[in-house]
Amino acid sequence: MHRVNKDQRTRIRLTLNGRALSAEAEPRTLLSDFLRHSLGATGTHVGCEHGVCGCCTVLLDGVAVRSCLTLAVQAEGREVRTVESLAAADGALNPLQQAFQNHHALQCGFCTPGILMSFTDYLKRNPQPSEAEIIEVLSGHLCRCTGYSGIMSALLEAAGHSRISETDSSKDNI
Amino acid sequence: MLSPLGTSTVRKEDPALLSGRGRYADDLPVPAGTLHAHVIRSPHPHAAIVSIDASAAVGKDGVWAVISGEDVRKLSDPFLVALKTPVHQWSLAVDRVRYVGEPVALVVAESRYLAEDAAELVEIEYRPLEAVMDPLAACRPTAPVLHAEAKTNEISVRKFTYGDTKSAFAQADARVALTVDFPRLSFTPMECYVVIAQYSAAADSYDVLANFQGPFSTHPVMARALRVPGPKLRLRIPPDSGGSFGIKLSVFPYVVLTAIAARVTGRPVKWVEDRAEHLLAASSGPNRITEIEAAVTKDGRILGLRLDQLEDYGAFLRAPMPGPLYRMHGAVTGAYDIAHVDVTNRVVLTNKMPASLIRGFGGPQLYMALERLVQRIAVELGLDHIDVIKRNLVPAAKMPYRAAAGSLYDSGDYPRAVASATGDGRLDDLRRRRDAARAAGRKYGIGFAAVVEPAMSNMGYLSTLLTADARDKAGPKNGAVSMVTINIDPLGAVSVTADVTVQGQGHATVLAQIVAAQLGLKPDDVNVVLEMDTAKDQWSIAAGTYSCRFTPGTAVAAHLAASRMADKLKSIGAKQLNILPDDVELAHGKIRSRGNPDNAAPFGRIAGTSHWSPVMLPEGMAPALTETALWSPPELEPPSSDDRINTSLTYGFVFDMCGVEIDPLTYQVRVDRYVSMHDAGRILNPSIADGQMRGAFAQGIAAALFEEFKYDDEGAFLTGTFADYLVPTVSEIPPVEMLHQETPSPLTPLGAKGLAEGNCMSVPACIANAVADALGVRDVQVPVTPRRIHALIEGVGP
Repeated sequence: MHRVNKDQRTRIRLTLNGRALSAEAEPRTLLSDFLRHSLGATGTHVGCEHGVCGCCTVLLDGVAVRSCLTLAVQAEGREVRTVESLAAADGALNPLQQAFQNHHALQCGFCTPGILMSFTDYLKRNPQPSEAEIIEVLSGHLCRCTGYSGIMSALLEAAGHSRISETDSSKDNI
Repeated sequence: MLSPLGTSTVRKEDPALLSGRGRYADDLPVPAGTLHAHVIRSPHPHAAIVSIDASAAVGKDGVWAVISGEDVRKLSDPFLVALKTPVHQWSLAVDRVRYVGEPVALVVAESRYLAEDAAELVEIEYRPLEAVMDPLAACRPTAPVLHAEAKTNEISVRKFTYGDTKSAFAQADARVALTVDFPRLSFTPMECYVVIAQYSAAADSYDVLANFQGPFSTHPVMARALRVPGPKLRLRIPPDSGGSFGIKLSVFPYVVLTAIAARVTGRPVKWVEDRAEHLLAASSGPNRITEIEAAVTKDGRILGLRLDQLEDYGAFLRAPMPGPLYRMHGAVTGAYDIAHVDVTNRVVLTNKMPASLIRGFGGPQLYMALERLVQRIAVELGLDHIDVIKRNLVPAAKMPYRAAAGSLYDSGDYPRAVASATGDGRLDDLRRRRDAARAAGRKYGIGFAAVVEPAMSNMGYLSTLLTADARDKAGPKNGAVSMVTINIDPLGAVSVTADVTVQGQGHATVLAQIVAAQLGLKPDDVNVVLEMDTAKDQWSIAAGTYSCRFTPGTAVAAHLAASRMADKLKSIGAKQLNILPDDVELAHGKIRSRGNPDNAAPFGRIAGTSHWSPVMLPEGMAPALTETALWSPPELEPPSSDDRINTSLTYGFVFDMCGVEIDPLTYQVRVDRYVSMHDAGRILNPSIADGQMRGAFAQGIAAALFEEFKYDDEGAFLTGTFADYLVPTVSEIPPVEMLHQETPSPLTPLGAKGLAEGNCMSVPACIANAVADALGVRDVQVPVTPRRIHALIEGVGP
């Protein structure tokens, strides 16, 4: 196992959204800080730094992790995917992102990247989850703006549910 | 062409935010050489600062400065407050700390990691003093005084009388009284505070970027603290902000602190608040104890009302406090037609973090008292709660209605809204559910709440805090100005700037809809730029995003600016198309003849004329390149000599109704069914409106059932993580049935009212009423946690 000392800066090499990148970090540098400040991937947000809010969720070798509870050194040699990877090069939104826009699933947008990355992982493993399963996964994220109803509608659409939940139908009453 | 207004559209904001291309404060580039700051905070609720020894920290590689209260006292002045009382606050504690988490020193270093390392080497000696946490105890003569020069913790007491309350109480069949305690909470935006400050010694000026939300009446407070004229504090607001809900007003002391750090070090300085700091010390809504009493007839008509409101602002009074105590003042009688009311407003300081703006802003506190009282009236008189509400609602025929304390309710039909919400079998269904649950031995209750929702604050409302004489001396304060600018580029492309700060409300989308509607364009054709720069953008003290000022304020200014621009373009078009201006219409991206639509030119060609050919414009016309509209509604008058004040411009209405059941094993409150009826006037964009209401609903649920900042009796802070301070996840938010009625406001050309705070005000009261009904108890304290329910059921202390 590669060992580093407490005060020693080392070069971390990883693949970020398909591109090989490297930068120096201390052993204590958080992956969230490393992505944002060393690699310039500011789409990943930091909301609590104690693993509760889910804003900082990224994929590490395809699996959703809290980047605020992960050290940069743990990403050495691995593949990291962040929200910047989701849209096409021409800016076209992917179906999950598009569902979020369609259902007003965001307001300030700060928690959104984490939710998108959690469900990018989850829907790959379980492409047709039930509403209860979606709620369980979404419960790992805090959103203060929306009250979650638009997010639920978007996730149900992305999960292929034809029935959009009752919370959405009342919009027609306006 | 169908007007884009009033229709749901996807948001312009979303593609960038969904792709990780948002531009939040911490994402923006900083100048080379920028240093990073870390705040050292007080571990004591009340203590004298004996000494600060930073020598070891300053000697460390990469550490540029450790700034203390002494430095801050030399380089800045205390913040201005509305109350002329000697309560001095600087951006760092000077001599004494007064709450756990109060900033004591600022470490500035080449990285945040280094600054935090160095902070551990700063030795601060404190001499602990007795703290006072309970607002009632703080009012006692024996209480430790937080600010010796003020001589008391109860720093403001104002008594108001409207009508003849004495006679109303003398004539009453009965009196019903209640004491209600509203707790401290925040709505914790997911993005914390961020400040990046630069200082130019050559110009003695500051340039600061911060995710500040306004009101910009705080700008002079910051500039005065820094001892510079306003133009020498350039404040820039980033294009995106990760939520605010009132909380990001309170970044302002850190704007000053970071600016001072930039001056001391001669380098740009950046400070990013972390979540622990945010929960501990960013901002909180004030807690309030209200003693409320009604004089009633035996059939439940309220003849008179008395309120004694004691509001706890924590360790300091920060501008624009005590706003929550006065923002609702004109509307203190809520949705009810009550002619006689006495109000006593008291402001007290305790050893807690300073309280400030929060969504709902005084409404949740007021309605918790008023709506709980109405429920108690029903119980004590043996009446049905809904009948007592209906008996007292302001009748539609009285609209526009001048409330006893001065608010001018612009429009509405409250009885009809209540009738439709309770109709269609909804209330019958709730009663069936309740009866079935109770028959099975379960605890089930029904709650109601009726709420008047003010929007766009009168900037003079806070002066009601002063006596009429003192107001005369201080100079008139009133009104609220909104501003929007429309620009046209050489190829006729339209762009818009406005006096709001972005927090996620979708203002860019709605402004584009409003402007597109007037100019015959598609909303996608209108570019909206909402980052703000006080050095280059138009703003007034009312600028910012708070108190639902967008729809009755900025949206109207956009409408006015766009109509004026449209009129100019019609004149230009008339000349070029050889027709009369009355015959010109702007539609489908063209400027054309109404009578002969084939006689047309593309919008861009005619709109660009003022760039390319200003000399050929119609005679006497100023070039149609830019149009700024200022909207200043006359109804926002100053307080009258007898202290009546129209606190806001528009007043919407919310009526909530719910059924709750108490889980017999976990003592949790389960919301079984929730119905919320809104009348916010004309709805500009239904899906954005829906998002605002659902967001407010979730925050209302949070306040009713989960969120509370807690201190122990000695002043230690107990809710410093998201594991202790419970923000609801999707699992905790029940479904809500939103209903709508549209009674346009006659006071604005768009007829739209604010709508984003009503459910923050109504939900805690509605749930508390339902719990009171379920358990048959008199006193219900929110948040109604399982622990509190257990105490209510078992009859033991909270």
